[in-house]
Amino acid sequence: MSIIISDDFRESFFQECEDLLEAMNDGFRLMADDQHEIETVHAVFRAVHSIKGGAGAFGLDKLVDFAHHFETALDKLRSGKLDLDDDVLALFQRCGDHLADLVAAAREGAEMEEGIGSHLQAELDEAIGSTPQDEEIAPVEFQPMGLDMDLCLGPASPGRYKIDFAPEAELFRSGNEPALLFRALSRLGKLTVRIDTDALPKFTELDCTKPHLHWLLMLESAEPLDAITDTFEFVEGMCRLEITEDEALDVQNPDASTSLQDIIAQTDAPVDEPLRTAKQPQASSRNETNNRGSGATIRVDLERVDKLINLVGELVIKEAMLSQSISNIALPSENEVSVGLESLKQLAGEIQEGVMAIRAQPVKPMFQRMSRIVREAGIATGKRVRLVTQGEHTEVDKTVIERLVDPLTHMIRNAVDHGLEDTETRRSAGKPDEGTVILSAAHRSGRVMIDISDDGGGINRSKVRKIAEGKGLVSAEADLSPTEIDNLLFLPGFSSKEEVSALSGRGVGLDVARSEVQALGGRVSITSNPGEGTTFSISLPLTLAVLEGMVIEVADQTMVVPITAIQETLQPRTAEIHQIGQDGRVVVNRERLVPIVDLGEVFGFRPAPAVLDNHVLLLVETDNGRHCALIVDGIQDQRQVVIKSLESNYGHVNGVAAATILGDGRIALIIDPDGIIRDAAGQVGAELQFYSAGQCHA
Amino acid sequence: MTLRVLAVDDSRTMRNLLSAALVQAGFDVDLAEDGEDGLQRLSETSPDIVITDINMPRLDGFGLIEAIRGSLGNRHLPILVLTTESAPELKARARASGATGWIVKPFDETKLVAAIERVTMPRGEV
Repeated sequence: MSIIISDDFRESFFQECEDLLEAMNDGFRLMADDQHEIETVHAVFRAVHSIKGGAGAFGLDKLVDFAHHFETALDKLRSGKLDLDDDVLALFQRCGDHLADLVAAAREGAEMEEGIGSHLQAELDEAIGSTPQDEEIAPVEFQPMGLDMDLCLGPASPGRYKIDFAPEAELFRSGNEPALLFRALSRLGKLTVRIDTDALPKFTELDCTKPHLHWLLMLESAEPLDAITDTFEFVEGMCRLEITEDEALDVQNPDASTSLQDIIAQTDAPVDEPLRTAKQPQASSRNETNNRGSGATIRVDLERVDKLINLVGELVIKEAMLSQSISNIALPSENEVSVGLESLKQLAGEIQEGVMAIRAQPVKPMFQRMSRIVREAGIATGKRVRLVTQGEHTEVDKTVIERLVDPLTHMIRNAVDHGLEDTETRRSAGKPDEGTVILSAAHRSGRVMIDISDDGGGINRSKVRKIAEGKGLVSAEADLSPTEIDNLLFLPGFSSKEEVSALSGRGVGLDVARSEVQALGGRVSITSNPGEGTTFSISLPLTLAVLEGMVIEVADQTMVVPITAIQETLQPRTAEIHQIGQDGRVVVNRERLVPIVDLGEVFGFRPAPAVLDNHVLLLVETDNGRHCALIVDGIQDQRQVVIKSLESNYGHVNGVAAATILGDGRIALIIDPDGIIRDAAGQVGAELQFYSAGQCHA
Repeated sequence: MTLRVLAVDDSRTMRNLLSAALVQAGFDVDLAEDGEDGLQRLSETSPDIVITDINMPRLDGFGLIEAIRGSLGNRHLPILVLTTESAPELKARARASGATGWIVKPFDETKLVAAIERVTMPRGEV
C-alpha cells in the first residue's frame, strides 16, 4: 500500500505551478509599480513556497533547492529584514524567471544548466547577507512506503529503555495525550507502564488545572534510541522526560503495571477542561463568509471542448440547411415553422458563441511572459525599459494565444531594440530615461486587437528606404507614402541576419512575425510618428473554428476565400490588363502591376479565360506582402463559415486550407491564397516575383 | 468508526496528495483551501483531527490554530502543522499557537499516518 504518485498528480502540480507563477509575477509587477502592500509580498512568498512544497513531493530536487533559496530571501523581505530597492526587485524577477524555467524543465523532464541557478543563488545569498552554509535545506527524499498498521518489530536484540515521563499542563493544552504516546511506544516493543500517583493531592485539595501524575515506563525494543525520542517529539519541552538505556530491569513492582485501558482512564482525570466529546457548533460569525468558489473553475480535456465545438458547427450547418429547404417550400410568411426556425437559429448561434468562449483564455499569462522578454531585452541593450500592459483580461482562443507568443516576442524585442532610443538620445529629446513599451489588448468589432507601442523615436523612414533600396527591395525612383515605407519593414529580406542584433536574434525578421500572425487569420499594421514612437497593431479573429469568408464561384464550383486575405475586388477594364511574357498577365492597380492568376486553372477545372469581361478579380495579399489578383466568375455572398479540416481525413492539398458546408448542404473548399500564389509563382515565373515586390509607373 | 481528517492547504497539489494518502490509509477526508475555509469546514464536518499548512491567504495556519483553540469545543482537538522546515523556531511558533505536532514536507504515507496516530484516539478504542 503506498501513495500512488500518478501522472495526474504530477500534471496537476504543474498546472498549479502555472497559476502560482502568475500570482508571483503579478506581485512583482505591483512591486515594480510601487503599489504593493505587505499582503503582496506574502502572496509572492506563498507562491514560491507552494511550488517548493509540491516539488518536494515529486522529488524535484533542483526545483526545491532553488525555490528554497528564493523563498528564504522573500522571507527576509516580508519580515522587513531586506529593503526592496530596484536591484533587489530586478534580482527577484530574474529569480522568478529562472524558477519558471526550472518548472518548465521539470515538467518536460529536461535538465537545466547549473550555471544560472547557482549564480542567482549566490546573488540571493549576497542580497540577504548570508552564506549558503547558513541555510540547511530540508531533505527531499521521497519514497512512498508500504504501511503496516500493525507494525511491530520483534526484538531481535532488544534494548531496554527506562523512561521517566511527567507531563506539564501545556502538553494537554496542545492537544497531546500521554495515553497516545504510550500507544505509540507500545508499537516499538514490549512496554510496561507504571503510574506514580504519589503527587496526587487529596480530592478536596485538587487543583484541576495542574497535572499531578508521573509515569515510569520500561520499553524492551530493538529500535534505536532515536525512535523512542521521536515518539516524544511533539511534547518535547512540555514535560519532564528522561530516557535512559538500561540493562537491568527496573520495574520493581510488577503489580503496578497497568493495562493501557486503565492508563487512559486515569490520564483523563487530572485534566481540567472538558474532553473533546461534545463538539459544539462554531460561533457563526465566521460562517457568514460563505463565498467560496467565486472563481471556481474546472479543468477539461481540450479534446472534449474541440469535439463540442465541432458538433455545434454541425448544428449550425444543419440549421442552415433546414432553413434553406423550408424556404424552398415557399410557405406563407409568418408561418409557425419559420418563426420557430428563427428562434432555433438564434439559439444555435448563442450556443456556438458560448462554446467558443470555453476555448477563450485571458491574454494575461502571455502578457506576463512578455514582461520577462522586455526585461531581458532591456538588459541586453543596456536600455531602461518599463512594460505597461492593458486589457490583460481580454479573452482570445487558446490556440491563437499559443501561436501568438513567437510573433509577439519578436515585435516586443524589436520595440526595445529598434524602437526605443538610447538614454543619451532620449535625454536630449526631453524624454525620461526609462523607455515605455505598452502592450494592450482589446476586443473591437468581433476581432481582437493587440497593440505594441513604444515611446521611442519613431521609424527613421529615410534610413529604412535606404536599406530597402540597398537590398534591391524597392527601386530608387519609387514614390512611396510614409505608410508604404513603414511597411517595407515587413518585406522578406529587409532585416537580414547581419543586421539583426544579438537580441532580436535567431535571424528572424518582422516578415516571419507577420506571416505567423497571418497564419492565424490576423493582420499587422504599423503607425509611426517621428519623435513620438511606433505602434504595431495586430488584429486577430476571435476563434479559429469559424472564418469570415467570401463565397465565390469558379468554373461552376463554389469556394470560400478568407476575407482577411482579400484587399479589394476589381472589375477590370481591358485596358488595365497587360500581357507579360508568354502566359503571364498583370492588372494595373493603384500604380502597381499585380499578377493575375485564374483559380479555375490552378485547380485544373479549366484553362484560364482569355477575356476577362465577365469576371471579377479578387486582389489578395499574401503572408510575405506579395499581391495577386485571382480570377473568379462571381461573388455569391459574404458569411461566416465553420472550418472543417480536410487534412485529418484526406491530407494536405496545396492551395486548399480546409472545407466548409454551406447552407444548402454543398461542400465548398476554403482556399489558401498563399498556397495558390506559391504554386502560381512557379508557373508565371520570374515576372511575378519581380512585379510583386517592385513598383511601376504606369 | 473511521477517523475524520480535515486537511487545510492552499496548494491544490498538496490537497491532492494529502487526500490520496489519507484516503488510502483509511481515513475520511475533508479539504479546505485556507484558514477561513478551514474554520467553515470545521463547523460543518466536526473532524477528529486537523492537518494544516502554515502559509495561506486570508487566515494562515497559526491564525487557524488560535481560532480553533479559542473555541470551547475544540480546545483539545489534535492539530498537526504541515511545514517544509524542521526549523526549531517554526516548531516553537507552532507550539505557541497551540499545535499538537507537525509533519515535515515532503511527507510519505508512513510518516503522515504515524504522526496522526500519535495524536488521535481511534474512535471506539477507549
